[in-house]
Amino acid sequence: MSSLLPQLTAKDFASDQEVRWCPRCGDYSILAQMKKVLPELGIPREKFCFVSGIGCSSRFPYYMNTYGFHGIHGRAPAVATGLKLANPDMQVWVITGDGDALSIGGNHLMHAIRRNIDLNIVLFNNQIYGLTKGQYSPTSPRGSRTKSTPYGSVDNPLCPLSVAIGCEATFVARSVDVDIRHLAGVLTQAAHHKGTSFVEVYQDCNVFNSGAFRYASKKGEKEDHVVYLEDGKPLIFGKNRDKGVRLNAYGRPEVVELSSGISEDDLLFHDSKAEDPSLAFLLARMRYPDFPEPLGVLRNVERPVYDESVRQQVQEATERLGEGDLDALFNSGDTWIVE
Amino acid sequence: MSAVDTPSPPAGRHHETLDTVVVRFAGDSGDGMQLAGTQFTNVSAAFGNDVSTLPDFPAEIRAPAGTIAGVSGFQICFSSHDIYTPGDEVDTLVAMNPAALKSNLQDLKRGGTLIVNEDAFEKSNLQKAGYDSNPLEDGEALAGYRVHRVPMTRLTRDSVEGLGLSQREADRCKNFFALGLVYWLYDRDPKPTEEWVKAKFASKPVIAEANLRALKGGSNYGFSTESFTVHYEVPPARLAPGKYRKITGNEALAMGMATAAKVSGLNLVFSGYPITPASDVLHELSRLKNFGVTTFQAEDEIAAMSATVGAAFGGALAVTASSGPGICLKGEAMGLGMITELPMVIIDVQRGGPSTGLPTKTEQSDLLLVMFGRNGESPLPVLAAATPGDCFWTMQEALRIAVEFMTPVVLLSDGYIANGAEPWRVPKVDDLQPIRVEHPVEPNTEDGFRPYLRDERLVRPWAVPGTPGLEHRVGGLEKADITGDVEYSPENHQHMSDVRRRKVEGIARFIPEQEVDGPESGDLLVVSWGGTFGAVRTAVRKCQEAGLSVAHAHVRYLNPFPANLETVLSRYRHVLIPELNLGQLSFIIRSRYLTDVISLNKIQGKPFKVGEVASKIKEILSN
Ligand code: SF4
Repeated sequence: MSSLLPQLTAKDFASDQEVRWCPRCGDYSILAQMKKVLPELGIPREKFCFVSGIGCSSRFPYYMNTYGFHGIHGRAPAVATGLKLANPDMQVWVITGDGDALSIGGNHLMHAIRRNIDLNIVLFNNQIYGLTKGQYSPTSPRGSRTKSTPYGSVDNPLCPLSVAIGCEATFVARSVDVDIRHLAGVLTQAAHHKGTSFVEVYQDCNVFNSGAFRYASKKGEKEDHVVYLEDGKPLIFGKNRDKGVRLNAYGRPEVVELSSGISEDDLLFHDSKAEDPSLAFLLARMRYPDFPEPLGVLRNVERPVYDESVRQQVQEATERLGEGDLDALFNSGDTWIVE
Repeated sequence: MSAVDTPSPPAGRHHETLDTVVVRFAGDSGDGMQLAGTQFTNVSAAFGNDVSTLPDFPAEIRAPAGTIAGVSGFQICFSSHDIYTPGDEVDTLVAMNPAALKSNLQDLKRGGTLIVNEDAFEKSNLQKAGYDSNPLEDGEALAGYRVHRVPMTRLTRDSVEGLGLSQREADRCKNFFALGLVYWLYDRDPKPTEEWVKAKFASKPVIAEANLRALKGGSNYGFSTESFTVHYEVPPARLAPGKYRKITGNEALAMGMATAAKVSGLNLVFSGYPITPASDVLHELSRLKNFGVTTFQAEDEIAAMSATVGAAFGGALAVTASSGPGICLKGEAMGLGMITELPMVIIDVQRGGPSTGLPTKTEQSDLLLVMFGRNGESPLPVLAAATPGDCFWTMQEALRIAVEFMTPVVLLSDGYIANGAEPWRVPKVDDLQPIRVEHPVEPNTEDGFRPYLRDERLVRPWAVPGTPGLEHRVGGLEKADITGDVEYSPENHQHMSDVRRRKVEGIARFIPEQEVDGPESGDLLVVSWGGTFGAVRTAVRKCQEAGLSVAHAHVRYLNPFPANLETVLSRYRHVLIPELNLGQLSFIIRSRYLTDVISLNKIQGKPFKVGEVASKIKEILSN
């Protein structure tokens, strides 16, 4: 952190607007962690911008005392792309939800990620449409009974992390709203990554889908249902840390008991820096209840960053052709004089 | 085409001087007709004629060869005086195959010159064009035209013989043979084309040589055969003195943007998605990166518009371009740009609609869409360019209004002026209008920055992210005035809706008054907008010369209208509005001013002919 910068605190990032999410909504916790993480990054407050679409989570920018843009449904990645192209020094966060990012905005999400533009996308996944009062979303499990699916939904859900990896994401992570220290760590890593960072946060919608992620958030239960990823470490989980994940003879993951003659060395070791996305994809496919769901950074690799490449082309063109000369431009091509 | 001097008797070959000629090249879309037309335009412009062009190509990139659907045409009018349109009737038609003949013959004037590639008139081509018998053999079909049957395929092959070309390659030089022949017919200097060929095929010297030989072959054919007894000349035009170049509307838009970036000192971010006929704007602009221009090919129209809003928030000159179907998709994000009161320009290069409609044809049917095609009360300034060269000036004016009044602005062009070319007097850099930009660097109240605190013109400040102390949030929810906080109260919504409307209406005080070409009052005022300028101006001038009491008002500012427009309309007994739609400006003028107007509507994918407008004027004034 630069010594010239005044030491900012979480308070400095709180706007004067009253926060209006429902009581005990998971969004509060994510907001609190964000306010804690930003002062640690050593970036002046005016260099942050939060961009969102539509949905409960998309009110987020109003509550941050940074630059902010509350856009329209699904389009936040596109708005953020324009902002980043115009103003590349900004650190831009996109706050979105499962409906916003994966349903109406699926196309923009896909293309922001594959371009690897330097945005930090945080997807609050609550498996429901909250703002429109409780319809099933593209991450709701098949059979979800909601306002629009009284007999149960017949759609198959998407896995946000698989989608991101399929779009050639360079940074993919997952955390849980109430797992505050873990969440802060993941957000910090996302902020440091150059290129698109994609973070899925399991977020409890207390009103319309309460407890959807109880298995991954409740102390005493979650230990058997999630596995914390650490680079170079084996995948071990369970209340007594006696279970692990290894690859079987077919290269597929399986859960094993560590006591039964299987040692840690037999387990799958995490490597977020692996160039090949197969491991990250395999982890993304591990779903409750068959597997412990991975929390942490699944993938973190370096690739050319879109906005940097765009700027570089402009610079190169300017070096090669010189600063644009209007006179020369007007007079390019065949000209003739009329006396 | 009117002969200036009397032709000498048809004894042997003679020379005629003409003041205006219309030539059309028509052939299969693979025949290189656009190229031939463009080259003809270049040499005529370089020679000093005034020129106006009308490219006309099929929507399919490769429609089946030889069919009517696959016919591609390029019309050029060149003249020794200033002209505003590519001409109503064709003087010389080059038809490379039966389909081209069939679909273009109706535009060839009686007594006009018809040059056909007779080699292409074989059975299967005739069938594909729907001819039962060969029109070249049929005494009736082409009676009344000066028909020249030229075995172009064979002669082109002969011209390039010895270069080792395949037959296919040889046949691809046919357009240069045709071009050479027409160059000879109108006494054009082929040099600019020769140089273009050498440069274009620098890495393929054999192809270059073949095209040059075909070009020469064509002109030699004209010179040496008895077939062509007349040979024409069109002297240079007496245009206003200055330096000229040829320009199309899309080129002019791109150049206008690069210029605006320079004169404003801002970077320009252009976001677009490929769509006919607007894509060339993106193509042209992407080569101008050294002018502080960033181009972004978005994943769809919605993203292009959303990125434009984001770039405007980010502090850049933000522009997007599309055509009707794309503008429909952009509607929601245009509303976002409107409520956040950020400066940006949305270019709509109109084409035939509705839906996918006629992608490659021209139309003026998006006026009501851009005026009203958004949810809520969402007024935006709308400007329309009149000619290819005017696109340059209108682009800068649109950006100036956007930045000075903090609002999205719509710029209407159309397929006709986007692809059409005209000579354009090269502007002097010193004559360009500045675009003044003010980004605040300090809070505007003692209590901090208020993003919706307005000036006397109701304009809010453009604070750029990254500026310390001005952190603020904007978005699509209704805002409280001054603070910009989310605010749903009834009074505030009424107030903000009124303010946003008044701000846009107030722009009328900062734009030029409506001018009129012709008498200040009289029997008839013809009101036009956009790309119909040329046809309407020419028709009105002709009628004025014939002694009729008629004037022309071409409206560039469609929202808000110039402050004096209502008064201007009231000074004439009748008002005529010709439009390439079913009466959209008529609709607005009627409802705005309770003035009755007579509409002249055409919706055929084609521009007005001068004659169509002139005869309507005469009809009204004879009653
Ligand atoms: S509806 Fe659900 S997601 Fe939305 S604020 Fe309430 S609890 Fe949170």
